[in-house]
Amino acid sequence: MTGPDLLAAGEDERLAPRSGVRRLMGRPELGALVGAAAVFLFFAVVTSTFITAGALGTVLYSASTIGIMAVPVALLMIGGEFDLSAGVLVTTAALASSMVSYQFTAVTWVGVAVSLLVTLGIGLFNGWVLTRTRLPSFIVTLGTFLMLTGANLGVTKLVDGTVATKSIADMQGYRSCAWLFAGSFTVGGLTVRATVWWWLGLVLAASWILLRTRFGNWIFAVGGDADAARAVGVPVGRTRIALYLGVGLCAWILGQHLLFSFDTVQSGEGVGNELIYIVAAVIGGCLITGGYGSAAGSALGAAIFGMTSKGIVYAQWDPDWFKFFLGAMLLLATLLNSWVRRRAERG
Amino acid sequence: MTGPTQADAVQADPAPAAPLLELTGIGKNYGHVLALRDVDLVVEAGAISCVLGDNGAGKSTLIKVVAGLHPHDAGSYRISGEEVRLSSPRQALDRGIATVYQDLAVVPLMPVWRNFFLGSELQRGRGATARLDVPAMRATAREALLRMGIDLRDVDQPIGTLSGGERQCTAIARAVHFGAKVLVLDEPTAALGVKQSGVVLKYVASARDQGLGVVLITHNPHHAHLVGDRFLLLKRGRTAGSHTRAEITLEQLTAEMAGGSELAELSHELRRAGVLRSLGERPPDPPGPPGRPA
Repeated sequence: MTGPDLLAAGEDERLAPRSGVRRLMGRPELGALVGAAAVFLFFAVVTSTFITAGALGTVLYSASTIGIMAVPVALLMIGGEFDLSAGVLVTTAALASSMVSYQFTAVTWVGVAVSLLVTLGIGLFNGWVLTRTRLPSFIVTLGTFLMLTGANLGVTKLVDGTVATKSIADMQGYRSCAWLFAGSFTVGGLTVRATVWWWLGLVLAASWILLRTRFGNWIFAVGGDADAARAVGVPVGRTRIALYLGVGLCAWILGQHLLFSFDTVQSGEGVGNELIYIVAAVIGGCLITGGYGSAAGSALGAAIFGMTSKGIVYAQWDPDWFKFFLGAMLLLATLLNSWVRRRAERG
Repeated sequence: MTGPTQADAVQADPAPAAPLLELTGIGKNYGHVLALRDVDLVVEAGAISCVLGDNGAGKSTLIKVVAGLHPHDAGSYRISGEEVRLSSPRQALDRGIATVYQDLAVVPLMPVWRNFFLGSELQRGRGATARLDVPAMRATAREALLRMGIDLRDVDQPIGTLSGGERQCTAIARAVHFGAKVLVLDEPTAALGVKQSGVVLKYVASARDQGLGVVLITHNPHHAHLVGDRFLLLKRGRTAGSHTRAEITLEQLTAEMAGGSELAELSHELRRAGVLRSLGERPPDPPGPPGRPA
């Protein structure tokens, strides 16, 4: 029963006081936060070395190599699409950079720049084919995935005769590139790799875009209901293409990291990573059907990945169990997410 | 004696302003299918024109012509006296004609205020620093909804958690807020219960009171008669009746919509069935036990 006296208080009588906990439950990344805390505590208790600066640096680095790609993949999923070519695109970025530098110039920065054009071009291709043909992104990017997988190996063999690229370590600009993409510095015993900074920057930028810009509003709308979005004047096609360009940009960053931390690239790498990026995004609360999720959630998903993959090593278990844990985590996270979302929508 | 010139002068008084929308003799073909023939529709500011008809009567085609989804093939379409031929929804929107489709208006998982401003977001700053003006959008959405008499619990909740009626009202409030002069509502009460329909009709009336012209498409004569000023009945793509409120009662409207003589025939048949049943003269059950045939 609701009396007029309740209304006089200035509060809407139908609005039950929403506690902080309740508000938190409405956030997409809650499940991932709980999961990340649980995984952290678990390995902190089970192993003696997990809470040391050295281990933390390793875990952060491992998380960042997934997290850099999980950010654009999460944005893409919020926009209602997939990118199965994201894993091998990273390798393509590294190969392109290395080969252009080696074959045409002796300056690594030229390769780095051309590589960006290549990845953005492939992103543009994915987005353009998708919006033009209206084929499902699963099919379009599966096609790009297979094409890139083949081209990575084929072109490398053609150019270099083997499946790995030649070392570019003695070239001009190598040191500055290596500092930017693969450097590291130590604060009080904690070694932080450059990828961690890239990752952090990307998560902040993506969160800003999603929640505080018009483009972010469009991403949610295009993934939530593309027809409704189009009806109110949202440029649906351009939004999707921009999301694929985002995947290209981040694949470029991670690709340069791969190249400049090892100075050669294995052309068969990257296959299967696209699924890990999607897993990180889903654990982070992205709805597989689009329209819901967050960049911070994808970071938590990547952190869970990093902690589990390194925690298993610190616990001295067989690393083969890693994928088993990851799969179980994915199922649990998805269940928790859907439960939380139902609660949040009801309340 | 009054000369003809004098009479003309009297009649040439400041002519009444042209109606917001005036469709005369509108026709629309899809290939060789005549979807609409010789249909007239007038929409005036501060008035509700109802378009009634059964499924397949041509209501949707008429709406598509008005909303700019399909250009008309015959007749004339005037907006505030100016002859137009619309070929995209954007053109209709730019002329102040906003269409609220039954389900094609909102993104369920997005908060009410984000939906309200979707496609017309308020921003602060320019270039790289351009960002959403979230507090202003929240406050404006809440205010615009309140002005329509919609008191939402929380503009931050996903719009999918609202009831069908509330969602419809939000879409109407959005159209009103963004300066629509004519509101086209496609079956706004079709999927709603009695009480919610009443709420939606109240907001339709509120939009009218704010001076908008409203086109209300419905197949429910009760809802139409509650708020309508003019009634256009469509049947098989043609005008089956056109009335102002003063000319017609709810009973007449219902009867006409159901097809006059057809309805009489139907009620006659029903009455006969009822009489038969009351006399216990139902046809006898087939002989034998109601089992499976051998």
